[in-house]
Amino acid sequence: MLRVDNIHTFYGKIEALKGISIEVNEGEIVTLIGANGAGKSTTLKTISGQLHPLHGTIEFLGETISGMPSHNVTAKQVIQVPEGRRIFPQMTVRENLDMGAFLRTDKDGVAEDMKKVLELFPRLRERLSQKGGTLSGGEQQMLAIARGMMASPKLLMLDEPSMGLAPVIVDVIFETIKRLNEAGITILLVEQNAAMALQTAHRGYVLETGSIALQGSGAELLRNEQVRKTYLGEV
Amino acid sequence: MGAIRSGLQKVTDFFGTRPGKIGFFFVLALFTLFMPVYFQAVGNAFMVRIFALVGIYVLLALGLNIVVGYAGLLNLGYIAFYAVGAYAGMNLGFLVQELLIGLGFLGEKPENWTYWMLLPFAAVPGALAGIMIGGPVLRLRGDYLAIVTLGFGEIVRIAITNNIAGITNGASGLPAIGQNVPPIAGQEWVRTNLSTADFIFSKDLYWYYVIIALVLFAIFVIQRLDNSRLGRAWVAMREDEVAAASVGVNILTTKLWAFALGAAWGGIAGHTYAYWVGFISPESFNFMESVLVVCMVVLGGMGSIPGAILGAVLITALPEVIRALAASPAFSGILTPEQASLVGDYRFLIFGGLMVIMMALRPQGILPSKRRARELHPIDDHVLMQENQELWEAEHKLDTDSDKF
Repeated sequence: MLRVDNIHTFYGKIEALKGISIEVNEGEIVTLIGANGAGKSTTLKTISGQLHPLHGTIEFLGETISGMPSHNVTAKQVIQVPEGRRIFPQMTVRENLDMGAFLRTDKDGVAEDMKKVLELFPRLRERLSQKGGTLSGGEQQMLAIARGMMASPKLLMLDEPSMGLAPVIVDVIFETIKRLNEAGITILLVEQNAAMALQTAHRGYVLETGSIALQGSGAELLRNEQVRKTYLGEV
Repeated sequence: MGAIRSGLQKVTDFFGTRPGKIGFFFVLALFTLFMPVYFQAVGNAFMVRIFALVGIYVLLALGLNIVVGYAGLLNLGYIAFYAVGAYAGMNLGFLVQELLIGLGFLGEKPENWTYWMLLPFAAVPGALAGIMIGGPVLRLRGDYLAIVTLGFGEIVRIAITNNIAGITNGASGLPAIGQNVPPIAGQEWVRTNLSTADFIFSKDLYWYYVIIALVLFAIFVIQRLDNSRLGRAWVAMREDEVAAASVGVNILTTKLWAFALGAAWGGIAGHTYAYWVGFISPESFNFMESVLVVCMVVLGGMGSIPGAILGAVLITALPEVIRALAASPAFSGILTPEQASLVGDYRFLIFGGLMVIMMALRPQGILPSKRRARELHPIDDHVLMQENQELWEAEHKLDTDSDKF
């Protein structure tokens, strides 16, 4: 579904991605894990069009999307839930969700998705007319995911959804990710919380300073000696 | 300070109620339509001109409000678009006059239709200038954007002063010798038909109604814009550019639209001002004017149409009111006529002080848009407390019944 082929992305002269190739198949949850600065978020931003690779190509459903601006990538239903949630703080929950469907013209479909999203996140239903900025961190993350869902994504890319959240809320978020996947949405997940990510994902890639160090199924990576030592904190 | 603040709050609350709104708009409409007639009737032509000038500034404030209030892009060179509109209107007018005289079927003095003929296109030069400056500064935000737009305003003013392309006549202004700014068609008709023995329907009064019509048109259009898809894109972009792009807002075109649509009203105002006053020179378009228009939008309340209007009215009218007050009998015992005229000179100082007080008490402006007020101002204490309470409850609840998910 998504094929990232040997991309090199630069911040000025600094090469943040030194030839990353990943693949996401339809129906999968794929995770990118790695330390700070390994290039996880950069990879995601490059796919979503916030950054552009200097070399390499990104294909989605056979179409090249590398080099496209963000809004065009969004139009291909490749939706990024940005790092740090980035909801619209002064818009109400409902307005936030409506913004998610900004590019859609199928009113019935949007109404349908609104219903589904609110079923998935009952707490958001309770807070529809409350402004986004007053939600708790966990609720904001749910709103960010829900807003992404409103764009009717074929591929949903989540950037650090567990960041800054209490463990009990992290569980809820990962549970939600599984359920979205079961509902047929392909997911690309970037996470610091390697244990949770690998337990949830079908496959994973381990990034180290801009390159892929390891790849395999979630279970394989969980068993891998090096991963256990470096990312799961085992001695 | 708290008392003043809650007093202000009560006033705005009252205008939020239905009878408050209807009553207010009724009085406002009467005042707007007939006050200049009254001044004209008592022979105070100066006040009629002030009313028309206020209208011009309302147009400017409404236009800048699109850029600053809706899209959140600080523009300190807005007056450049006003200048472009004025100079383009004059110069195109000189061409159109010949054309109209050649055609000759629009009555006795066909060239009098120049203003009306050009009005539908008056937005174009301003909008083009808006895109011209909007394009290169798309990546800039906040202070940097303000500095570049300030520079742009100065470039336009200096270019005009230096008779750029030989069409601005430099510091002497337009029209140059041999050029003619025709009066506006329709003016003759109202003067002969609506004047009575002791009331003359003057040129300025006629222009006042033309300007009011333009203001109403602007309010209508901008209101529609605010509720449109583009309006929502502006709000999203203002709140978070990255998030806006991630939901599919094209940041590039959304910003350009803001610049172009904002500048268009500057152009229309400039065109109208040029034909009303019949003379334009670079002095009318200096940096101070840009600052004043920004003040109008900020004072009135960013992102709010009533706010922009009120800001323009206050800032344009206040100096005149202060000047009139100082010269009035109430102060005749305290101030000598010489001192009274000095107060007129000090009006900007008084007025600056008022702005400072205003910003301390109510930084979101007098009539802010609700959302914009929340963005700018950490709200009154009781609202803040209520929000903290909600937040605490939300988090507390989340911990106790998180198994609900």
